[in-house]
Amino acid sequence: MKTQVPFFGKAKAATPAQEPAKAKPYGLMAEFASADELYAAARSANQAGYTKMDAYSPFPIEGLAEEVGFHHTRLPLVVLLGGITGALTGFGLQAFSFMVDYPVNVGGRPFFSWPAFVPITFELMILFSAFGAVFGMLLMNGLPRLYHPVFNAPRFDRATQDAFFLCIEADDPKFDLVETRSFLEGLKALAVSEVSN
Amino acid sequence: MQYAQTTDTKAIHDDGETILLPGETHTSISSSIGGIVLSPTAVGWGVAIGISVLFLLALIYSITYLIAAGVGIWGINQPVGWGADIINFVWWIGIGHAGTLISAILLLLRQQWRTSINRFAEAMTIFAVCCAGIYPVLHTGRPWVAYWILPYPNTLGMWPQFQSPLAWDVFAISTYATVSVLFWLTGLIPDFALLRDKAQNQIARLFYGIISLGWRGSAKHWHRYELASLLLAGLSTPLVVSVHSIVSLDFAAGILPGWHVTVFPPYFVAGAVFAGFAMVVLLMLPIRKIYHLEAYITVKHFDLMAKVILATGMIVLYGYILELFYAWYSGNIYETFFAWNRMFGPYGWSFWALILCNGVAPQLFWSKRMRQSVPALIFVSVMVSIGMWLERFVIIVGSLYRDFLPSSWGYYTPSFWDWLMYIGTFGLFFTGMFLFIRLAPMIAVSEMHALLHQKKEEEHILSGEHDHAESHGQSHPQTA
Repeated sequence: MKTQVPFFGKAKAATPAQEPAKAKPYGLMAEFASADELYAAARSANQAGYTKMDAYSPFPIEGLAEEVGFHHTRLPLVVLLGGITGALTGFGLQAFSFMVDYPVNVGGRPFFSWPAFVPITFELMILFSAFGAVFGMLLMNGLPRLYHPVFNAPRFDRATQDAFFLCIEADDPKFDLVETRSFLEGLKALAVSEVSN
Repeated sequence: MQYAQTTDTKAIHDDGETILLPGETHTSISSSIGGIVLSPTAVGWGVAIGISVLFLLALIYSITYLIAAGVGIWGINQPVGWGADIINFVWWIGIGHAGTLISAILLLLRQQWRTSINRFAEAMTIFAVCCAGIYPVLHTGRPWVAYWILPYPNTLGMWPQFQSPLAWDVFAISTYATVSVLFWLTGLIPDFALLRDKAQNQIARLFYGIISLGWRGSAKHWHRYELASLLLAGLSTPLVVSVHSIVSLDFAAGILPGWHVTVFPPYFVAGAVFAGFAMVVLLMLPIRKIYHLEAYITVKHFDLMAKVILATGMIVLYGYILELFYAWYSGNIYETFFAWNRMFGPYGWSFWALILCNGVAPQLFWSKRMRQSVPALIFVSVMVSIGMWLERFVIIVGSLYRDFLPSSWGYYTPSFWDWLMYIGTFGLFFTGMFLFIRLAPMIAVSEMHALLHQKKEEEHILSGEHDHAESHGQSHPQTA
């Protein structure tokens, strides 16, 4: 059973009537002192065979995503498709209106005067690609999502300011509450805490 | 009160060689930049936005009167059908271009110094484009049917004339405005999350909580986010070049002497960056002082911006010379007359003032002392802002008032309403800027964190203490 997730804010503690006494946690969250230590910890966890984890930091850390098991994104493809759609829309719109829908003979010049169509085709290509980049990034990241279990972790409000976290999730096949905790503590973690779902 | 504080607490000397003063930590960056937004509203801010709104009201008043009375209230006439409205349109859109240059082109060129000024410059872009966008709509004379320029199925069965640069303008400007806003908002998401986490006030928490879309700084999210930013930068770079090129084609596609020149697109783009950087300098100097941002916006930043102003200024000056050369080399009597008339005709003063403002004044920046001196920066930036307005005046009015037939020559003087509307657009611009300063971090906090991290790594390498176990990237050796 999952806790009822509110639209905004922290989840209310589940009452025993709704929930079995010991609910499965979301994961174990460890805090590290610096970006370098977080990176080293993620690397160690990766080598130890953990696969379901994520790191949280106030700024992007080079190579960290690979260490937490993220290798490939289709975002560039989305942007490319956006660009192709935009270019076809722009060119199609002009070609259709000038050649099919309302051809106007201007001094005997060809209806299909494609060089003049280039600027609008280009602008729409950029516009649709930008839509692809921004909305593609947000949707692939699963945003907007105002509630997430990791927000329940202590001191997690520092994750956007000056703190560095690594969370090994309970879905991980190797996850074990006791073992994983001692593993994280062995990685120079400042603190390790259980994140409720 | 925030404004009353002195800067004595910042004892660290700025030698003009660094883009981030020493002594900053991740904690101090988060609290000092985020703190500006979350601190109580200062009286000075209230006064500033009050004045801005007053000017904004002047804009609303002049637009209302314009719509009621028609474009006859402006100074335009036959033959000068394009007057202050188009001058101001090009002037404002040009100012906006510096923001995109800083956020996109300098990102692609890996210029670290852009980090602390890009957010502010992007905001400037957006509000400058807002001001610019008003003019062409009003210029149509019947702004209530301005939507006719958009392609939509209608009962007349008509389409816009897609072969006209004026129709290209619509697509270019609206795409530019949309992409700039998207780029800006994307950059703001992590910073809104910071404000959500820092805010004590429940309403602020809710507000920033919603607009940060639930950002939690996940490494996987950052990966896509960085990729999206890079792609947007790659898309914005040709976009910004295309926008001012298309604006210049509004003129260059015409056959008028003084407009029909192939050099227009590149020289318009350079002029836009030139004007935009002057505006960034003018706005940044007081802001950094008032909000105590000397640690993040250093003397080195102004030094570098002054260099960009000097470089683009030289390109613009080259453009002016080339225009005169073309006129002479073409051997065309109309072009030759136009060149003579530009320099020695009734509007000759505007050309020489233009050369003084855009050609001579920036030469001060050859000197390092001048690039790092506040009065010199203000002086040159004001000169450049005036100069770029004069440039559009020289190009637009200077070519229209005397063209082929002496019988149809005329003269142009902007009317009271032209000036009131121009001053009013400053109201719109500054109202937007002051709201931005109050509601969003004016320096991109997450990018400053990344910059600080990068600086630390560089110091490690330089000091020879670099421990390989702490380095990043694919070449990371085994540590477990």
